[in-house]
Amino acid sequence: MTFDPERARRDFPILAHKVHGKPLVFLDSAASAQKPECVIEAVSDVYRSCYANIERGVYELSLRATDAVEAARCKIADFLGAPESREVIFVRNATEAINLVARTYARQHVGEGDEILVTHMEHHANIVPWQMLCEETGARLRVAPIDDRGQLLLEEFAKLVTPRTKLVAVAHISNALGTINPVEEIVRIAREHGAPVLVDGAQAVPHQRVDVAGLGCDFYVFSGHKVFGPSGVGVLWGRAELLEAMPPFMGGGSMIRSVTFEKSTYQGIPHKFEAGTPDIAGIVGLGAAIDYVSGLGLDAIAAHERDLLIYATNALEAVPGLRLIGTAERKAAVISFVLEGAHPHDIGTILDLEGIAVRTGHHCAQPVMDRFGVPATARASFALYNSRADVDALVAGLEKVREVFA
Amino acid sequence: MSELRELYQSVILDHNKRPRNFGEPPNADHSADGDNPLCGDKITVHVAVKDDVVTEVGFVGEGCAISTASASLMTEAVKGLGVDEVERLFGKFHALVTSSPQSEPAIGGLGKLQVFAGVREFPMRVKCATLGWHTLRAALEGTDRTVSTE
Repeated sequence: MTFDPERARRDFPILAHKVHGKPLVFLDSAASAQKPECVIEAVSDVYRSCYANIERGVYELSLRATDAVEAARCKIADFLGAPESREVIFVRNATEAINLVARTYARQHVGEGDEILVTHMEHHANIVPWQMLCEETGARLRVAPIDDRGQLLLEEFAKLVTPRTKLVAVAHISNALGTINPVEEIVRIAREHGAPVLVDGAQAVPHQRVDVAGLGCDFYVFSGHKVFGPSGVGVLWGRAELLEAMPPFMGGGSMIRSVTFEKSTYQGIPHKFEAGTPDIAGIVGLGAAIDYVSGLGLDAIAAHERDLLIYATNALEAVPGLRLIGTAERKAAVISFVLEGAHPHDIGTILDLEGIAVRTGHHCAQPVMDRFGVPATARASFALYNSRADVDALVAGLEKVREVFA
Repeated sequence: MSELRELYQSVILDHNKRPRNFGEPPNADHSADGDNPLCGDKITVHVAVKDDVVTEVGFVGEGCAISTASASLMTEAVKGLGVDEVERLFGKFHALVTSSPQSEPAIGGLGKLQVFAGVREFPMRVKCATLGWHTLRAALEGTDRTVSTE
């Protein structure tokens, strides 16, 4: 069965809506993706038919809810190519997953004079938690540079990996530039010095097949809402032996084995890291989202988006005064650009009146903006439900922008 | 398209392209920085105040058309005004851009600044229109702090 974007589009009720009287052209999936009917149904079905707290009751409903959450955990483990489902930890989002690793694993292993290595293209979520850790521990944050196309300079990166490097944290795909990082190479280089690697996969999982075992990384994080699941649920995957040796993140219910006022003992993984009642319906919704993209086929989705990227790149390059920010050879369907004479914010407002949603601003990646000497960019990001017609609408919208700012 | 023309009036587009009082005036004795972290707009407003009157005012920075034109038109409007008059003018301007789009815009006493009435339709852009003003007020307070719209 071949992938049919028009059919996929009909799976997303919101895309039938109009904005300012115009059909919605949603080009901001890198910020958050829209939800298919099956995810919306799965969430509402939890509340309609099997909602109760998990891991607690002996009654039927609680067992059903617990099974539903654990079924989602298994789906996600399969989806990521993880050896074991207990390596999948539910958190709120990729940001929380990174903070969890910073506050547990890194707190244990990083001290004064040690180094954390990131790249220049990271999202703030993969910068700030490490900066906070460095401030507390006296460790140093090192930054691997990127070239003018927005590609990691692998040789420079290699020079920065030393025995002092206690963790490497890199984006799988840059949210601001679309660059796909060579994670296998990064892991290979880091391994030579024994440095574990955390991969921020927030922009990767909705768009291409991910195999954590194949990548060889130690931690992989993503947000449910970017892979067509509900907001408020995300995933930390970590290698079991690392997770087992890590102290808990938050203390509370569910994560304990026994509690007395003198001492508490903790559960094994994954529950050790899941204090308190999680977003039960959100987790089940994420499981449905994983089923949805797996059903369509990640390879088919990637091929469709590849076609859109090429089509959109060619169309946008033909717009007078437009400059692409981020032209990596290996790139996902994320296109940042600036337009001569028009500030991204004004572009965003004018496109909005045409029903076109793009992100404008620094995309939570201010160092990337500084690197390219721009205060902000406009960004069109594509997902499985976008079509060439959306690209045509964007180009027509940019023509309106040029008219206003002629 | 009417909302669009209402927002990007020719006066605004003109002041965006050729901002007035762009730069630091020679006798400026107070300044403040302002930024809108959400969209990357940055501005510095310089003022010279004598006997509680704004005698010189200028700005530098980069931002969207609304924030640049607003800062430019603001400098034209406040030069020669007393500090308390600036405060009153800001009050009227702020009330205009944050008022309900359904209501009749209160443009009395605003002069050219009334071109920003279109911002009422775009709540996300109110911060752009007021960034220069907040920064000017910080400069007049004499506090060299950075103001932020966030």
